Amino acid sequence: MTDVAAGMRGFVSNFGPTAALAMESCVHCGRCAEACQFYVQTEDPRYTPIHKIAPFKQAYEREVGPFAFVYRLFGLAPKVTEAEPTKWQDLIYDSCNMCGRCSLICPMGIDIADLVEQARHGMCEAGLVPTDFLGVLEEKEHATGSPFGLTTAALEKMLHDIGTRHGVVMHVDEPTADIIPTVSSIDLKTYPSSMAAIAKILNHMGASWTFRTDGFDADNVSLTAGDRIGQRSVTLGVIRAAKACGAKVLLMPECGHSFTEMRWEAANQSGAALPFRVLQITELLAEGISDGRIRVNKAPQTATYHDACQLSRRGGATAAPRIILQALGVDLHELEDAGDANWCCGGGGGVALIKRAQPLRDMAFQIKQRQVEATGVATVYTSCSGCRQTLDHGGKAVGWNKTVASLLELVADNLKD
Amino acid sequence: MTLLEFARGPGLQVALLIMIAGCVWRLTAILLLRRRPHLGASRHSRAGRVAGGIAMVFTRSLPRRTFWPRIASSVILSTVFHVGFAIIILCGAPHILLIHQITGISWPGLPKGIIVLVSGVTLASMIALLFRRMLHPVMRLLSTIDDYLSWLTVFLPILTGILLSGETIAGYETLLALHILSVELMMVWLPFGKLMHAGLVFASRAAMGVNFARKGAAT
Ligand code: SF4
Ligand code: SF4
Repeated sequence: MTDVAAGMRGFVSNFGPTAALAMESCVHCGRCAEACQFYVQTEDPRYTPIHKIAPFKQAYEREVGPFAFVYRLFGLAPKVTEAEPTKWQDLIYDSCNMCGRCSLICPMGIDIADLVEQARHGMCEAGLVPTDFLGVLEEKEHATGSPFGLTTAALEKMLHDIGTRHGVVMHVDEPTADIIPTVSSIDLKTYPSSMAAIAKILNHMGASWTFRTDGFDADNVSLTAGDRIGQRSVTLGVIRAAKACGAKVLLMPECGHSFTEMRWEAANQSGAALPFRVLQITELLAEGISDGRIRVNKAPQTATYHDACQLSRRGGATAAPRIILQALGVDLHELEDAGDANWCCGGGGGVALIKRAQPLRDMAFQIKQRQVEATGVATVYTSCSGCRQTLDHGGKAVGWNKTVASLLELVADNLKD
Repeated sequence: MTLLEFARGPGLQVALLIMIAGCVWRLTAILLLRRRPHLGASRHSRAGRVAGGIAMVFTRSLPRRTFWPRIASSVILSTVFHVGFAIIILCGAPHILLIHQITGISWPGLPKGIIVLVSGVTLASMIALLFRRMLHPVMRLLSTIDDYLSWLTVFLPILTGILLSGETIAGYETLLALHILSVELMMVWLPFGKLMHAGLVFASRAAMGVNFARKGAAT
């Protein structure tokens, strides 16, 4: 059921001065369009980043803005009606991966990606999350804490099976540990070897660690859906599990948005600073390599690296993968715009999960394809399994001869011993 | 009361009053919204975040190199306009005299001929920006009456300023009155529309700078 009024209230209800400044400051210069892969690839002005939140801006002007009373009095910003947000669904979900490239170009300093996230809260509260995938996933996430609906027993068995298959000792549900690794549901489903890789590296470091089935899947699809309740429940579940075993480090998997949530937002969700550090796996690897806790062999090869937006541009961990690749002796051929200005794989922000967004994703993929081909290398490393999956799919669709691989697994395969 | 007397007297007073009251209202309404404390980790200390905010105010004036090819015309035209506008206001002798009368502070101005030339270039950049806005599909989609009204309220003072410098189409007094009235129109509109970005740009960039410094995000 859709409730547009609730959605608009949901959008403006958590507005602080920063978001209001963003709403007030846009000068309609149009530059953000030139940073967005969906506009650049289609030249369709509808995909202009700031335009994507237009009905929400209208709601802001009508409900909260400094001159809201004037807007209402003279009907300058009519009430947002049902038809509008429905129409905007494909702009707020299908064609925005919250990559933040637009936020990097905006001369007024407007974090448009953040506004899109807030707009998704409104869309969710209006009952307008695209039903083809998010509805189902959210239901499962609400019930089990995992978007694929896995139960604790199933997880435990799966982890031990992975350990046996890869010859790695798995620590599961131990009562205390210093490091609590979490995983992404994409790892669970598609790249289970990444969990073996985490275990192998933590064992190599001699760390005290354990997977916790009660706070295990940090993927948080609810976050990208805009479902604040689901998002909070996943986040609090992970925090509870880490606290319960006295963790010093919560280790985030090769995943972008879950890192954003746990590193920057989780404390706000729980209402108190977290009693542990939150590290993305590349940060732990770079730290471990630098201070000697992780010793690696050289793995000479030429390769390129795809930055996950939430880790590099939005998360400040741009240097970490490069430290790791250098330690491994990889001859890194950087992509054009590598690092902070990178282009999204095309599937971030849950776009990868939306079936009807496939043509848009494919167009976005073409940018990455061109850039990788320009480097002339055969292997693309990345530190986000969402990116890895999107690039894998995009590559398959065009019959690509490139291998997309995990940086974490490269380290795990080249540990000294 | 002549038109010039009106422009210099009650016209100016009313315009000032509306501008100040409007700006205070708009800024207060924004800044008084509930602020939530950030409890999460930060890559930078408080001082580092403040430095990030200040740095962003300046660094966002020009785009990263990678963006240039796609937005060069927008950046060049708007930079020419902003720099030109600043030169006219800060280096035009009559403007410096006015500032001196109000504040007692004074500095050497540029020769009239140069100011007229700068005004011409500034005006040309504004016309080019207007055409861009009307013709570029993205800007056409985004633009509202506010954008055009804001453009007009800046265009008129520059135009009347140029006319005044040459005393071409009318007498000095009439042109001066029109020039002052056009500035007053700009002052009156400033708090309500896009012109407000002249002040908001600092706050908006600084807020982003602080937030991004917290995450160590790219600026
Ligand atoms: S780049 Fe910034 S100021 Fe320009 S249209 Fe986009 S959001 Fe508005
Ligand atoms: S966050 Fe990325 S995908 Fe979304 S509007 Fe901005 S540039 Fe486009």
